[in-house]
Amino acid sequence: MSNLEIRDLHVSVETEQGTKQILKGVDLSIGEGETHAIMGPNGSGKSTLAYAIAGHPKYTVESGSVKLDGEEVLTMTVDERARAGLFLAMQYPVEIPGVSVSNFLRTAKTAIDGAAPPIRGWIKDLDSSMSQLRMDKSFRERNVNEGFSGGEKKRNEILQLELLKPKFAVLDETDSGLDVDALKIVSEGVNRAKANTGLGILLITHYNRILKYIQPDFVHVFVAGKVVEQGGPELAVRLENEGYDRFLSNVNVGS
Amino acid sequence: MSAAPTANTGLIETDQHGMKAHSDGGDAYVPVQSRAERFTSTSVDDFEKVTGFELEWKLTPISRIAALTEGELDGSAPATALPEGVAGVAASWVDRSDARIGTAGAPEERASANAWSSFEKALAIDVSGEELHEYRVIRSELGQTPRAAHTVITAAPFSQGLVILSNSGDAQLSENVEIVVGDQAQLTVVTVQEWTDESNHLASHFARVGRDARLRHIVISLGGGVVRVNPSIHLVETGADGSAFGAYFADAGQHLEQRVYIDHVAAQTKSRVKYKGALQGATARSVWVGDVLIGPHATGTDSYEENRNLVLSEGPRADSIPNLEIETGDIQGAGHASSTGRFDDEQLFYLQSRGIPEDEARRLVVRGFLAEIVAQIGSEQVESELSAAIEAELTRAQGI
Repeated sequence: MSNLEIRDLHVSVETEQGTKQILKGVDLSIGEGETHAIMGPNGSGKSTLAYAIAGHPKYTVESGSVKLDGEEVLTMTVDERARAGLFLAMQYPVEIPGVSVSNFLRTAKTAIDGAAPPIRGWIKDLDSSMSQLRMDKSFRERNVNEGFSGGEKKRNEILQLELLKPKFAVLDETDSGLDVDALKIVSEGVNRAKANTGLGILLITHYNRILKYIQPDFVHVFVAGKVVEQGGPELAVRLENEGYDRFLSNVNVGS
Repeated sequence: MSAAPTANTGLIETDQHGMKAHSDGGDAYVPVQSRAERFTSTSVDDFEKVTGFELEWKLTPISRIAALTEGELDGSAPATALPEGVAGVAASWVDRSDARIGTAGAPEERASANAWSSFEKALAIDVSGEELHEYRVIRSELGQTPRAAHTVITAAPFSQGLVILSNSGDAQLSENVEIVVGDQAQLTVVTVQEWTDESNHLASHFARVGRDARLRHIVISLGGGVVRVNPSIHLVETGADGSAFGAYFADAGQHLEQRVYIDHVAAQTKSRVKYKGALQGATARSVWVGDVLIGPHATGTDSYEENRNLVLSEGPRADSIPNLEIETGDIQGAGHASSTGRFDDEQLFYLQSRGIPEDEARRLVVRGFLAEIVAQIGSEQVESELSAAIEAELTRAQGI
């Protein structure tokens, strides 16, 4: 059974005002096939957690550990983490001019698997995932994310999730900016990946909405850089009704 | 706000618009000279020795090309491999007195005039077919003797053609290329420089584009010591359309320069200029100057020019100078953009987060950056050769 263990993670970021502590001791354990929702108000550090796990150079890990099946992830380069089985679906995927979706996907798949995928099976997988995500075949020849709408970018992220078959995926506000139809399509893609590969999911969201389509096993409330409360799906419903106010009353904003 | 990383592209948008004042600059400043008023002559004796202080030469390492600007040039027909049996395209070596010579323009500087004064035979390429065919001229055995060359490419009215000048091996070459695009003709001219490091190449291209005709001009400079290719495209008849594309990859010791001039003479003319360059190594150097002149009769014109440079290491220098002169108030559009920046960290992070190692991610980004220009050529064979050549440049640049 795969697992992802985050222990006492402290992360800072350099700003114009100096070093700012964002994560202040995060503990999380995610098992194979489990879906954990991380919910929290804006500025609580949810996205920082996502990018720190993926290894974005902007974030400095002060202390703590992130272990994937017992292996320390924090000493790995960004690409090594991906090859070890981590995936980050980004909130704002970047454009890569002049690089086609098909070339990009094939290059990534080759890097992850250590060998080029057999051409026949690969095209079949690609076609089938794209059609389930309602992506036209013409996407294959378009440059990565260039001129994509918000919804198209998110579908492209989930397409990669399905094809690269990671052990654990962090979905950073994948629901933001999606209309209900796109939200359903994207959620179905995530659920398929989970059913097919036993994917463990860290689902970062501000809203309860996506949790109607991707059932969480656990819900963690994230405030001021740490998990302040944990529960089952019922906690998400409570947050939807009550908001985050009861967690914020004893937090000094900006501290 | 969530703490998603913000894009840090390192882009430096230049706010230098070149050496001339904007036309809205009031009466305090009178431009030294309009591009249209620049002196031209086909005789080398009409130009002073190059000192390096001239506007045309001040960004060029003139000591490396003195043999071409000041020396005597071998004017005999250069070793050139011409394809045979291409439908609708004919080529021949013609005398200096041929009527086609001098129809598209005249030298504006000494190296160009030196070549014009020296050449004995010109290569005349006539495109007459209405079906599109590719005509590829290969020069790979020019040697180290300083020499001159002259080429006239003529596209008959209504014709279509793709003419590719492929250059490799050694060369010390100063040349002029004239391009005449007849009414409603559609012509693409590509010049590819893959010279050795010991080679130097100075080229002036002069083009006249006729009524409702279209010229696509593409410069790809990868190899050579000093390579300077300056296309001047004159949109002389109503509805003429000119595009100038370029891609260059400068390594240590290379100076790759291109001065593009788009001259909107007639009404309803359209132009697009897009040059993209990558630079690697402390002494890599590139120069792009983009002059666009919209003349007093060029009403309803639409023009845009841009230059993008990607700096891959510490130390290279890329000059990027767009100049826009507008002499009529009635235009559809006229714009320019220029940027010189380092790798986009967010692009690299994105690719790496998909398992792609950093060096491969960098290659992918640079290849993609230049691929946009290469894809304009329209020849699968040449495009795939150039992709491989760019790949080789990248691999060499990374020392892998």
